[in-house]
Amino acid sequence: MSQDITEHRYENGKPKLRRFHQARWDEPIIFELSREGQRGILVPEVEDEIRDRVGDVMAPLPQYMRRKRPPKLPEVSQPQVLRHYVRLSQENLGTDLNIDVGQGTCTMKYSPKINEQLVRMPKMADVHPLQDEATVQGILEVMYRFEEILKKISGLDRFSLQPGAGSAAIYTNVSIIRAYHEARGEAAKRDEIITTIFSHPSNAACAKTAGYKIITLYPDEDGYPDLDALKAAVSERTAGLLITNPEDTGIFNPRIQEFVEVVHEAGGLCFYDQANANGILGITRARDAGFDLCHFNLHKTFSSPHGCGGPAVGAIGATQELSKFLPVPVVEFDGSRYHLNHDLPDSIGKIGPFYGVAPVVLRAYAWVMSLGPEGLREVAEIAVLNNNYLLKRMLEIPGVSAPYARGKRRIEQVRYSWEELARDTGVHSEEIGLRAADFGVHYWTSHHPFIVPEPCTLEPTESYSKEELDEYAAILAHVAAEARTNPELVKSAPHNSTIHTIDHAPLDDPSQWAMTWRAYRRKVREDGESGPTKE
Amino acid sequence: MIRVEEKTLGLIVNPVAGLGGRVGLKGSDGAEIQRKALELGAIPQAHNRTVQALEVLKSMRDRLEVITYPGEMGEDAAREGGFEPRVIGTIKPGETTPEDTKKAALEMQRLNVDLLLFAGGDGTARDICNAVVQSLPVLGIPAGVKIHSAVFGTSPRSAGDLAASYLAGKVSRLRESEVMDIDEEAFRQGILSARLYGYLRIPFRRRLVQSLKAASSAGEETSQRAIAAEVGDGMEDDYLYIIGPGTTTRAIASHVGLTKTLLGVDVVKRGELVAIDASESQLLELLQGAKAKIVVTPIGGQGYIFGRGNQQISPEVIRRVGKDNIIVVSTAEKVNSLGGRPLRVDTGDRLLDEMLSGYIRVVVGYNEHTVYKVAC
Repeated sequence: MSQDITEHRYENGKPKLRRFHQARWDEPIIFELSREGQRGILVPEVEDEIRDRVGDVMAPLPQYMRRKRPPKLPEVSQPQVLRHYVRLSQENLGTDLNIDVGQGTCTMKYSPKINEQLVRMPKMADVHPLQDEATVQGILEVMYRFEEILKKISGLDRFSLQPGAGSAAIYTNVSIIRAYHEARGEAAKRDEIITTIFSHPSNAACAKTAGYKIITLYPDEDGYPDLDALKAAVSERTAGLLITNPEDTGIFNPRIQEFVEVVHEAGGLCFYDQANANGILGITRARDAGFDLCHFNLHKTFSSPHGCGGPAVGAIGATQELSKFLPVPVVEFDGSRYHLNHDLPDSIGKIGPFYGVAPVVLRAYAWVMSLGPEGLREVAEIAVLNNNYLLKRMLEIPGVSAPYARGKRRIEQVRYSWEELARDTGVHSEEIGLRAADFGVHYWTSHHPFIVPEPCTLEPTESYSKEELDEYAAILAHVAAEARTNPELVKSAPHNSTIHTIDHAPLDDPSQWAMTWRAYRRKVREDGESGPTKE
Repeated sequence: MIRVEEKTLGLIVNPVAGLGGRVGLKGSDGAEIQRKALELGAIPQAHNRTVQALEVLKSMRDRLEVITYPGEMGEDAAREGGFEPRVIGTIKPGETTPEDTKKAALEMQRLNVDLLLFAGGDGTARDICNAVVQSLPVLGIPAGVKIHSAVFGTSPRSAGDLAASYLAGKVSRLRESEVMDIDEEAFRQGILSARLYGYLRIPFRRRLVQSLKAASSAGEETSQRAIAAEVGDGMEDDYLYIIGPGTTTRAIASHVGLTKTLLGVDVVKRGELVAIDASESQLLELLQGAKAKIVVTPIGGQGYIFGRGNQQISPEVIRRVGKDNIIVVSTAEKVNSLGGRPLRVDTGDRLLDEMLSGYIRVVVGYNEHTVYKVAC
């Protein structure tokens, strides 16, 4: 009898949960590894003859640009540096390592490695942004063509690839909304921007940062954006509507066109945040619902990696009427050559250096070209199918629900609630995620607003197979069962992961949060200086 | 390495809490009512509910000292819940009174308990609120007939769970939450009149726990300061500002340099307090020939903006000021905690309630509003 070497992985014909233990290196921070005198490279002494010919290489550097003391870099050898960062990378649960469906709203799809090779080719990697336009016709052509593709997908008339992130794109759109009202002499009067509570919070945040009053609308009884609330909110003070659709709950607003009409009647503009476009590519278009502006995230929907928070591209689209406000430069084609046009008299101005983030555009272009129009639509269809399959598997787990629009299908993601499980067992969503890490998968509890009790948001994208979704659902089902039989095991998790738990409280508190070491010393340790560090 | 830190939990059970409910008495305050309830076959709720809450805490038994009062006031429940409590004080079994609750709370405060967990209803919360300083962390196990106060867990288990998380250091924040109670005498005659009696500090979980309200990305006080800046900076000199009770409205007064009464309705004009803890008749007098705005915040866990805890702002006062001059303020977490339910009005004047229903603008932060549903 032949032996099936994979037999140990199955039980009653079903795959067993993966046995997993993450690397735990107890690795010191790089500054602690530093030993005086250690070097990565010993730079050879300059020979006398060369020194004589070249003279003092520092001489041309103005005095004010010279450091008085060398930077405090850690002193470590090359293999130590290599080991250090490889070890840290092993203590991660990144998208190339796990079934990454647990980071809903972020569209963690697979980024084909061949596109990575494309952007690292010397032809691309060695381009300098100050090169003459005649020598960079290739990337300009890619940008021009990609704009044409986005025009088809959205129905809008003109695109800019300049914003370096989703939020940067939203902020740019808010700037265009203001420029539009300024041109009509209504900017001072129109100081309010409307959004919905389940639109991505960047919409409210960007508009507020740009100086607008924000009006946030809550869902109606059925869990859909509340049209009556919108009617009560619009006025002659309305500058615009910023809305995500489907919202971060995965619910598609079927009355989106009426929303747009209500705001247009009040004299406002409508911006469509298409960060959640992965389930509607090739199916619905911003322009067909009447939108004036939109944006796509090339780093999620179009497969370029997130790069741990950037650099990214938030491509923004506008109607013909609004395209004169787009940031400069825009890429143009005169029939034989591509060039960058910096001369748009009504432009909101420049929002970033040079071309924007060219490698992200190249990856996105390569990805779309490998799919074609039918392939792009298939991406959306599989993403929706995957999501609704996972929804069904999730709702089979006792204690899980999908609040709002109950019984209805979702588009590309679902914000679930473990409220019932938490009530029955005292185990909270966050603890479920920490226990899931013991089985080698990432899970998070969703970003604000914290309205859905005990939330988690899953977005399977088109990248995962049925078997992989089954494995993810099986892990959560297992953890939920443990919560009922052995809640302490779940509450004390993770047991097989690198790091235990961290205190989130300071992340919520402006007086405590610290994005830099210097801020940490000032706010938390209270031993730092409040001003810039002196030399 | 897990650091084992000994924590102390004060436990007070109001043995007669919840007596009135099952026999339709709408409350259990007063010895006469309690006797009547027992005659009608009422079974005390507090003991069992306390045991349910303690079940959740049992896993911490080795590093948790429970300090409690004798017999039915906590000792019995603690033992049944699997603890060996340290028993303090004396009681007359079967004849405990609100004075015992107050005495117990005061002694536990003196013993520096890390958390005071009590089982009871609004009356018990009020007794504890009267006895202890506001800095003491307190949490209620819901066991009474009346639960209008926002100091209780949604269920005994959730109270136990929140207590455990707080004692284990997983939840480190506290928030000021309303202690409300109704006039039971009036209530038994069919008149609902909930008043705001004070505030207690209860543990506060970042992720949503329904009854304890949701967290926004900023802390409660940061949110209140933002709202205060929005409303305070927009105050106009030719208006009277009738400011209702609450911690959020108090923050508005602080923003313009005034000290507002927490529980009363105060009136501000041109940056000065012109009335403190005003009655309805005082408000009407001030409104003679004056333009005014009303600033209110939802009171209690049910989202009432009028008719609970701020009855001084009567239908007549509201009519004189006008719907357009009502400024509703609320932290986003308080709005979120409504779980989709509308804000409510219950002024006692049906027509006015209907006029106030529909959608209303709510200030939820600096330059941040929502347009939210109001129902009666």
